[in-house]
Amino acid sequence: MIYDFLVNLFGNSAVADIIAGIIQSLLPLFVFILPFALFAVYLERKVSAHMQDRLGPMRTGWHGWKQTIADILKLLQKEDIVARDNDKMLFNLAPIIVFSGSYAAFAAIPFTSIFIGTEMDLGIFYIVAVSGIVVAGILMAGWASNNKYSLLGSMRSVAQIVSYEIPTMLVVLSLIMISGSMSLHTLSEQQTGYAWNWYIFGGPGSHLSKFLLIPFMFVGFLIIYISTLAEVNRTPFDIPEAESELVSGYHTEYSGMKFAMFFLAEYANMFAVSAIVVALFLGGYQSPIGYLGNLIGAKWMIPIEQFSWFTIKGIFFVFVQMWLRWTLPRLRVDQLMAVCWKYLIPIAFVNLIIIGLITLL
Amino acid sequence: MSQDSRLNTKRLPLKTEEMVLNMGPQHPSTHGVLRLELALEGEIVTNVIPHIGYLHRCFEKHCEAMTYPQIVPYTDRMDYLAPMGNEFGYAITMEKLLGIELPERVEYIRVIMAELQRISSHLVALGTYGADIGAFTPFLYCFRDREKILSLFEMTCGARLLYNYIWIGGVSHDLHPDFVRKTREFIKEFRPNLKEVNELLSYNRIFIDRTANVGILPIDTAINYGVSGPNLRGSGFKWDIRREDPYSIYHKFNYDIPVGEGTYGTVGDSWDRYFVRVLEMEESCKIIEQALDQLPEGDVQSAIPKRVKPPVGQVYARVENPRGELGYFIISDGSTTPYRVKVRAPSFVSMQVLNDLCKGYMVADVVTILGSIDIVLGEIDR
Repeated sequence: MIYDFLVNLFGNSAVADIIAGIIQSLLPLFVFILPFALFAVYLERKVSAHMQDRLGPMRTGWHGWKQTIADILKLLQKEDIVARDNDKMLFNLAPIIVFSGSYAAFAAIPFTSIFIGTEMDLGIFYIVAVSGIVVAGILMAGWASNNKYSLLGSMRSVAQIVSYEIPTMLVVLSLIMISGSMSLHTLSEQQTGYAWNWYIFGGPGSHLSKFLLIPFMFVGFLIIYISTLAEVNRTPFDIPEAESELVSGYHTEYSGMKFAMFFLAEYANMFAVSAIVVALFLGGYQSPIGYLGNLIGAKWMIPIEQFSWFTIKGIFFVFVQMWLRWTLPRLRVDQLMAVCWKYLIPIAFVNLIIIGLITLL
Repeated sequence: MSQDSRLNTKRLPLKTEEMVLNMGPQHPSTHGVLRLELALEGEIVTNVIPHIGYLHRCFEKHCEAMTYPQIVPYTDRMDYLAPMGNEFGYAITMEKLLGIELPERVEYIRVIMAELQRISSHLVALGTYGADIGAFTPFLYCFRDREKILSLFEMTCGARLLYNYIWIGGVSHDLHPDFVRKTREFIKEFRPNLKEVNELLSYNRIFIDRTANVGILPIDTAINYGVSGPNLRGSGFKWDIRREDPYSIYHKFNYDIPVGEGTYGTVGDSWDRYFVRVLEMEESCKIIEQALDQLPEGDVQSAIPKRVKPPVGQVYARVENPRGELGYFIISDGSTTPYRVKVRAPSFVSMQVLNDLCKGYMVADVVTILGSIDIVLGEIDR
């Protein structure tokens, strides 16, 4: 809808189409991802600090709020080191691929009912597919660094992301069976009304199958949350970046802005996976308690409210990710695989079959 | 190359190569400047060769050029996480050589300091071990408590890390008037904190999965290598110099000697070694409380000799340092400087088992095992 507005603004021509497309695709980056990454880094430092009896950054601005801006400026000014024996092309390309992979996922995430990067029918399928590009970028980074730690880290990372995509997909599949749609926008629209209509509570309606679904939806929710944690390499699955073993994993050799790209991608990814979980199970941008805009008859307020709800839900899950990171130790690489292949995938399969049977009712 | 050999290589199955990974000396979890040469088969470790010497400061040779009291500050710098224990060992050795009788108060102060130091050292071991496994928060909790102990030391002698406090025949300063009260307060605060760390780390399922049944050290291997301290006790062998070869006034106190029981795995695994340290901190608290109750009055410097000139002879004495049996062997030629000083450093001995323990485990387990042995490079290299 913002797209239509932009096309009209630029005079409804082929050129206007292109300009509107470019603006629309850059909108999430500048309006959302960059500010969010800055905020998330600050949040992470503050959350970890307060969990550890510290204060965190306090010197730059009020409670150190300017700290991440200062960090980014520092990273921009740093020397861009490329070692002699690096594979230069892959080395330079890797951060771009990793970042574009996680950025592309935002295209199909509906922030409000009127803004979605691209309204495609295969939304969730597209997100899962395009996040797969990140794997290639990570592998490139590890290989091109010509460093054994980077290589080990990237290999672990790839094995981990590829494995954990399976339970994620199985849960997504069960949801597609219930909703009959792959578009996140449609999924979010279906969960309108109150919190009771969210898919974690069995979805809209009030027939028998909804109540039968509730326990299985909770299981599905847990599985997808655990797998997404693993997909973004967060504790207890942060093995690719296991500081105590692999120094920094695949981005050991990177410095300056290229390192910042990985960093940005990581935080963008954290929100992206949270957003997917929210859109699938927790009503997406829908408010759990109805809209103030409906109450006072101001329709223009609804998208703003929806955007706030979506961000709040997303940031809550990002916070949970941080909370886990600063509480739990790290699994070993074989234990990590065991969690995926021995527990999550079988449970997800059984869950899928039962949900399929229930939907037949 | 002839054509034949090329044909041969074509027929060979997929060739795998052993990878040599250099871990350290600038690695976040080698606990200092230790360099490990790991031979890897995939992620499985087939051989570990430790390379030491990056922190070598010629302590033993230095001693030959210094008078006996001048050596005390140098002993601080060996196991820099337990300087009080190092000084204590050196002082005891010299007093044995000189035949000095100590005032009661000095003995008590030394025991209190050594036990406080044991707690602070074990706290570092615990915290860094958690960080090795990936739990960073307990690390800061441990350092918060260690900070309080360092403040107690600072109150006593002005220094926070390298104290130069326990001298031959006495201590450098008497206790601060507030020391007894503040130490009691510390112990009162410390016990619940320790419980908190236990809940956060020791009984965490992931932590147990990572450490139980990893790096099992059987008793006979441990004894063959001469491993001592918490590592030996973690293997289930009740051996503590404070009990077996009592020095100072340790025979006056009641305390237990915790040993590894294989609670979550096999006796002598990493979790056991780790947990022995946790339990030992509680025992140290008990000793400190008893010592504070019995603390006599007196002059702490009356027995300090004006000039240290021991008779010709040699002496060996040992103490139970946080990392194990710390022994000093001193040969005197009758002058004011020692002819030879040899230190038996517990970390140096414990590190020798590393290769035995790590074979067949993964790279991540090398970190786990190395952390559970709890080495200090300052002591290994001296």
